[in-house]
Amino acid sequence: MNAQAKPPARNTKVMNRFDLTSRLLARLKNEEAVVGGIGNTNFDLWAAGHRPQNFYMLGSMGLAFPIALGVALAQPKRRVFALEGDGSLLMQLGSLSTIAMLAPKNLTLVVMDNGIYQITGGQPTPAASVTDIVAVAVASGIASSAWAADEEDFERLVEQSMTASGPSLIGVRIDDKPGVGTTRRDPVQIRERFMHGMGVRQPL
Amino acid sequence: MALAEQKTSPQASPEQAPPQTWHGIVQQTLKRNEIRLVPYVPDRVLTTLIKNLHADPYFTTFPTAREEEAVGIVSGAWMGGMRGVLLMQTSGFATLANALASLAMPYQIPLIMFVSERGTLGEFNYGQSLVCRTMRPVLDSLAMEHHTCTRLDEFEFIIDRSIKQAITTQSPVALILSPLLTGGKVFDK
Repeated sequence: MNAQAKPPARNTKVMNRFDLTSRLLARLKNEEAVVGGIGNTNFDLWAAGHRPQNFYMLGSMGLAFPIALGVALAQPKRRVFALEGDGSLLMQLGSLSTIAMLAPKNLTLVVMDNGIYQITGGQPTPAASVTDIVAVAVASGIASSAWAADEEDFERLVEQSMTASGPSLIGVRIDDKPGVGTTRRDPVQIRERFMHGMGVRQPL
Repeated sequence: MALAEQKTSPQASPEQAPPQTWHGIVQQTLKRNEIRLVPYVPDRVLTTLIKNLHADPYFTTFPTAREEEAVGIVSGAWMGGMRGVLLMQTSGFATLANALASLAMPYQIPLIMFVSERGTLGEFNYGQSLVCRTMRPVLDSLAMEHHTCTRLDEFEFIIDRSIKQAITTQSPVALILSPLLTGGKVFDK
């Protein structure tokens, strides 16, 4: 079945997760929040440079966008980025409709799409050869959704999203490389540090 | 049944006597505890509460596609300094074990959940009665605080104290709304 399906036509370069995450972090100047989804997505966020405004999700596959939405609703003046894998997003496609309905201006969603469950051994996702995730986002009501053609285009789309009148989604095709680092798996410290980063709490 | 019907009847205007309905008590108690964000997956029993919360500009009330999604949203909002609560039905709770065990519990997030209890005291759908039996074992296996609310006279005490405990101890809590309190959903409705 899959062999017969034609992959969606994309005029996009295959990029690298760690490189794109580093490029994103380098552009952040205003203590923007960054929520990293399960597995390699947050491993590369960790490797790109820990900051108190980073949140690393260690389970709950598919909830990076909902968590970021919650932060964006709580702090409408802060820009919130969410980094999610394609397999993770497939678990929670309905969250795109919720985000479209609430339409927070301060939320930028990034989908790292390699078509595989990289961390479990590189098995293809059901969407890999048949589904265009950016088209799904547009159809879900997130009008400002686009594939990044290359690294420069990714940076341009990130910049554009910061002044958009609603939420934005950026799709990036990435290779099958594993994450560069490994997040320190300490959920309480991650959450507490993030709350410090959000200005919600002061350290003891 | 007559008593239960009475309990679910719409309350008088908010300026008058203190709320006499379970849903009026929920609305007032959420406000008193500065809980503004209310994602929900609907349930028939919750209809009036959801309608009243939507009509009250104090709250940001909205549906989500799945209960898990709402756990993520409330968790994110908490970390951003905004308190939230999740409304759902028993069968929705049954989809949450992973999100509770991998997000709310280990990150110590005071996730406040109201669960309208179906599957007992007059259930007409076999599947609902079966899924209901999974709820308390899941809560107990995670050692998660939960209360089954059956009486109007102690309802405010239970939910107000439980919300405060959840926040101060940074622990999730499930507040189960029994048909004894709400009237539940019966076959002829």
